[in-house]
Formats: sequence, structure tokens, C-alpha cells
Amino acid sequence: MMGEMNMALNGMEIYKMLPKKNCKECGFPTCLAFAMKLAQGGTQAEKCPYMSDEAKGKLAEATAPPMRTVTFGAGERTYSLGGETVLFRHEKTFVNRPRFAVMFDDAENADEVAKKINHINSVNYTRISEEMYVEIAAFRCSSQDKQKFISLIKKVTSECKKVVPMIISEDPDIASAAAEEFAALGPIIYGANEQNCEAMVGIAKKHNLLLGVKAENQAKLYDTVQKIQNMGYKELLLDAGGRSLKNAFDDAVNIRRTALLSKDRTFGYPTVTFVCDMAQDKMMEVAMATLFVEKYASIIVLSDMDYSMALPLFALRQNIYTDPQRPMRIEQGIYKIGQADESSPLLVTVDFALTYFIVSGEVERSKVPSWILIPDAGGYSVLTAWASGKLNAKSIAKAIKDFEVEGKLKTRELIIPGKVAVLKSDIEDELPGWKVIVGTREAASLPAFLKDYRQKSAS
Amino acid sequence: MAYKKPSQKFSGKIREVTVGSGLKLGGESVLPFYKFDGDTGAKPAVGMEIWDVFPESWPQSLKDIFGPYADDPVKWAKFCVEKYNPDFICIKFEGANPEGDDRSPEDCARIAERLAGEVPVPLVIAGCDSDEKNAKVFTKVAEALPDKNYVFLSAIEANYKEIGAACGMAYGNIVSAESSVDLNLAKQLNILITQLGVKPEKMVMNPGCAAVGYGFEYVVTTMDRIKLAALDQNDSTLQMPIISPVSFETWKAKEAIATEEDMPEWGGQEERGIAMEVSTAAGVLAAGSNAVILRHPKSVEVIRKFIDELL
Repeated sequence: MMGEMNMALNGMEIYKMLPKKNCKECGFPTCLAFAMKLAQGGTQAEKCPYMSDEAKGKLAEATAPPMRTVTFGAGERTYSLGGETVLFRHEKTFVNRPRFAVMFDDAENADEVAKKINHINSVNYTRISEEMYVEIAAFRCSSQDKQKFISLIKKVTSECKKVVPMIISEDPDIASAAAEEFAALGPIIYGANEQNCEAMVGIAKKHNLLLGVKAENQAKLYDTVQKIQNMGYKELLLDAGGRSLKNAFDDAVNIRRTALLSKDRTFGYPTVTFVCDMAQDKMMEVAMATLFVEKYASIIVLSDMDYSMALPLFALRQNIYTDPQRPMRIEQGIYKIGQADESSPLLVTVDFALTYFIVSGEVERSKVPSWILIPDAGGYSVLTAWASGKLNAKSIAKAIKDFEVEGKLKTRELIIPGKVAVLKSDIEDELPGWKVIVGTREAASLPAFLKDYRQKSAS
Repeated sequence: MAYKKPSQKFSGKIREVTVGSGLKLGGESVLPFYKFDGDTGAKPAVGMEIWDVFPESWPQSLKDIFGPYADDPVKWAKFCVEKYNPDFICIKFEGANPEGDDRSPEDCARIAERLAGEVPVPLVIAGCDSDEKNAKVFTKVAEALPDKNYVFLSAIEANYKEIGAACGMAYGNIVSAESSVDLNLAKQLNILITQLGVKPEKMVMNPGCAAVGYGFEYVVTTMDRIKLAALDQNDSTLQMPIISPVSFETWKAKEAIATEEDMPEWGGQEERGIAMEVSTAAGVLAAGSNAVILRHPKSVEVIRKFIDELL
């Protein structure tokens, strides 16, 4: 197996290629320790001064990540796909989030096209510092009419400024014409198969584009990818042809496992899944896309993307692709919930996104318009932030000043989380003229608390 | 070189638990929906949530559907069963909340008894926001319905002793152990409840649930780790089937409750609510949930089809 350059090497296999001098010059106590680290990608082959250049070259190739990182798009709309190293996010983290595409077909009527364009342009919003929008418009050439196809792509890409086109055609003549026309947008060319791959690779190579490879099943895809790799092209996106949910899931899981468990780089590429071809119903598309965000598609093609689809799917993607070691933080500031005015209640909580969401959700549920102040709390939950000294009287007083709360609001009462009741007098010392009210220990009790608080304030 | 399809074989297996007289949960020896690896066990169950009181706080679209039946839980449950064919009914005793209607445990038991007598599918009994009250309610309900194999949702660290002793031991029902998105807490509570004397085949667990977008990564990761520990390391303390009360979470998310006047650009409120429920349900199922609780009939239809198409 060692001779197969597509396979990643394990520590013992690398060890066999080392000089076995145990000279320690690489910084490791033994050659074996160095080999083990190298196999995990924790150091570089260059650190060994005594290895032959040939062995180094072999090792560099063999210790490259099992799944390739590829890119598409252009300029600020350049996206990376793949590069994953684990099957489960807790093992390390997922790195390149899947991208959503909306499918257009040149046989579709104009109303349908206009509706999708309208949805793509209206679904554009920010959620926890991330801008959410449809990244890709996929184009299927059903008409087999080159001009009709190109004019549809032109229409959509000129009206939807943010999308990168994915050109779908297994006819190299059509694919080539479209690639030529839209090369500046860095499109994806999808449609290389067993028969046409030479011509399709030629088109992709010419413009340096991500090439979608399609086959009937996993075994045939494997053969076709090998063929393409032998032509020297490695900017690939895979599709093993599954168009039922069950088969498409089988494809997504087993292509990823082949790369990461079997360490076989023939399948060390991201995959695309065509949810639009598997479901007749919008809600079913949402269910399927959810599955593929979790496991393991890199481009998910939907038939449309309106707000009802976007709200759960973008939020889910943001959650799943959060680094487990770096929880999501929301921006510090003062947030208005409902129609709050200068006399509405003011609460303070932490900048840990999950806490903020729970607290703001409960405040919203209370139907008592309020303000929520978010100081710098290190991105921790309330008790952790307090215990680590990030949430204290000084950080809260600083936020009151930084966000000019005294100028914006009339109220001089600040509701603090019940779990940090001990901060009350410290805060009052830091903020002359302010009164600290100890709130609830759990967010779930906030609605009752706020209603009560409002009543008392009114009387 | 030819393609060699990978596969993951595990020594562990999720315990099969029977709810009611014949609804089976769990039994799988592979990751969720990995039919290509082996036995996926019982098909994940889809249940519908009803309340003991009129669901005043639910979005209007749900009240339009259930309102005409919601003055009586038996009428409501029968409507759901006849029209939407769920695998089980989850009766949530929202009216028992001491800060609300404060319905007595005896009254709750009478309602549960009527449901058990007239509804042909198994029941999942859920409580209100008060852990203390839930222990009392669950004890009375379990006493009124002994040996039914109904699921009591849930026992938590603060009340597991009473609930475990009454529901799981004295009256032969099933205890759901609830913890909040942490593998070690889930494991610890399962151990504590089995140490009381509750048999593992009379247990399921809810290791925490959230709507997509609201810390859902913790839910997925906790469930991934639980399933891997149960299957790969054969950890018998984590081999209980998982039940996820999806609807409890998704219908209070902003995406589901904001009206069209609140958020005009977001479009129809009903569709947003369904999409949040469908996505969250598909998301927990993909991470290993063996049963989901839903509200909207459309969600029930879609999620059932989703499960069928995967298996």
C-alpha cells in the first residue's frame, strides 16, 4: 500500500522512511516520535535535516491533509470548500461551511425565474456577525440551446450581484462557451463524466475552475476521479449520482469516510448534493438540507431560498460550523427589544451568544419592551464570566459609559442576572446615581419578573 | 485500484425500549440512518404535543388547527390520532404550573386516565416549568396508570428520586432522564436513576434540545458523543434511546413567534414555524434521536416521510 500516493501514511510507514538516527535535531526525542507527529500533521517533513529530498517530497505529498481544500468564485466572493479533517465536530472542528445554491433551469418560465431572483435578493441579513445570503446560482441547460442558456446565466448574475454561477452541462461545447463567458466570476463547471472528462478537464484547466465530476455510483465515480487525477487536475467537486435521499446520504457519508477513515485521497474532495431533485416540497427540502449540513455535503442545491428556508438553514449552518473551542460571541452594545423607549427596563447579561439568545428570547416573550446591555464578558456564560473576572462591576460600568447609556436612557436602574447578585454593591459604587436590581437566576423566569417589575415601576 | 466502500462496525447497541404495548424505540447498532453499515433498529417515532389547557400562547396558525378541539385534551388527542396518525401523543400538563392554573396532581391523573382509556396510541407525559410540581404530578399519574409503559418526561437531577421511585419502580412506567447538553451529566443521571433500581429497559433520555440557531451545535455534539460512546465504546450507561421534545423549543423561537407585522420581510409566520420545527427535528434525528415530539401537522407529515425515505 505504501507505494500508493493517494493514501495518507501512518506513523509507522513514515518512520520507515526516516534516517532513524534519533539525533533530536527536529526537536523531537526520537525519529519515531517525529514520525507520529508528522502523521497527525503536527510538524513538517522539512524539520528533519538528514532525509533525502526524494523522501521529503514523498512525505510532503503523503502527509498533506486527507481532504483537499478547493475554491471557487472570484475576488471577495471567493469560497473554500473541503479541507475537513474530522467526521465529528467535537474531535476538532469543521472548517469550511457548506454553501447553498438555488437551481435555475433554462426551460423554466420567466415568472419562476423572476420569483427566485427576487428571493435571492431579499434573503440577505446578518446573524451574529455573519452575513447570510445565497452564495451560488446553479444553472441547468435543459434546452440544449447554448444562447438561451447563456442569456439565463447573464440575467441572473446581473440581477443577483452576489451569486457565483455553477454551470451544469455535460456537453463540453456548451460548458466551454459558458465558462468562457463567465470566467471572471470564477464559476463552478459541473458535468465531467466518464466519457467527456478529457474535454471538461481541458475547460476547467484553461480557466482554473472547480470541476464537478458526476458518475452513476460511488465505484464508477472512483474510477472517473482516478482518471481525472491522472490528467493532473485536482480542483474537483464530487457527485456519486444518488438522487433519492437514501442514496444521496450514502454517497455523502461514504465519500467523506473514504477520505477521512480509509485515508484514500481519491475521494478526498468536497461533494455536491441536489436536494432540488429529491423533494417536491419546500419543507422536505428544509429537512433534507438540514441532514446534509450535518453530514457531509459541501454544496447543497435547493430549488429556491425564501426566508422560511433561510432562517433555519443558515442558523443551523452557523451553529454546526462554530469551532467548539471558540464559542460564538455577540457584539458588545446596547440592544433594543421590542418598542423600548428611554424609560423601559434595562438588563445586563454576557456576550456569550447562546446566553444572549436565551435572555433576549425570554424578554421578547415577556412582551415588556426592554434594553439589554452587553459588556465585554470574554464570551463566557454568566457564571464562568463572573468566576474568571470578566464580568464585574468595572466591565459593566465601562459598558454603561462606552455605549452612552446615561445619554440614551432615563432609567437609572440596572437589572443584573440573579446568579451574580453579589456584584450589586460593587456596581453601585462604580456607577453613582444608579440602583442595581437583582434579576432572576434563570432566563425562563424573566417574563414574570419583567411584568412584575414594570407594574411596580408604574405605581 | 478499485473502490472499497468503508463501513463502521460497532460492538455496542442502543437498548430497545417498548413504549405502551408495542411502540419500539432504539435497537440500532449503527450511527443514525447508516443503513449501509447494518441494523438501524426501530424506525424513529413521531409524536404530537397536546396540552391539558387551551394553548393560548401558541401561534394563531396552530390555534386555527387545534382550537376547536383544544378545550378538552381527550378530544384534542383523538383529533390528532384520527387525522394525523402520530406514533404517540405527548400530553403536557402546562396547567399544573403553580404560577398559572395550578391544576392538582389528582386532576392531572384523571385527565391522563381518560386519555389512556380513549386514545389508541401510547402516551408521553410531560410536565410544566416547576420541577417540584412535576414530581407530584408524575407520581399521581403513574399511580393511576400502572404498568402502562408510558414515558414520563422528564426526571432531572433535582427530582429524579421521586420520579424514578414512583414512575419507574412502583408503577412500572418509563422514566426519561433529562440533562442539559453535556455527556457527563447525561451519564451521571442515568447511573443515579439505575442505582435507584429503575431497570435500564424502563428508561429513555433527553440529553437536551434546542431550536436550530439557538446553541443547536451543543445538542448535536452531545448526541454525537453519546451515540459514539454507546456504540463504539459499548458504554451501557448511555445506551438508552433518545427522545427530543422539538416542539417545546422551536415554537418559542423568534422565527416562529414573530408575526408578519413584526417582521414584514420574513414572509408568512406559519411557514417559518413549520420550517424551524422541521429543520430542528431532522437535525436531532440525524444526530441520533429515536423519537421526536412535534406540533404542526405539516411537520409530522414531512418528518415521517423524511424518516421513511432514509430507511
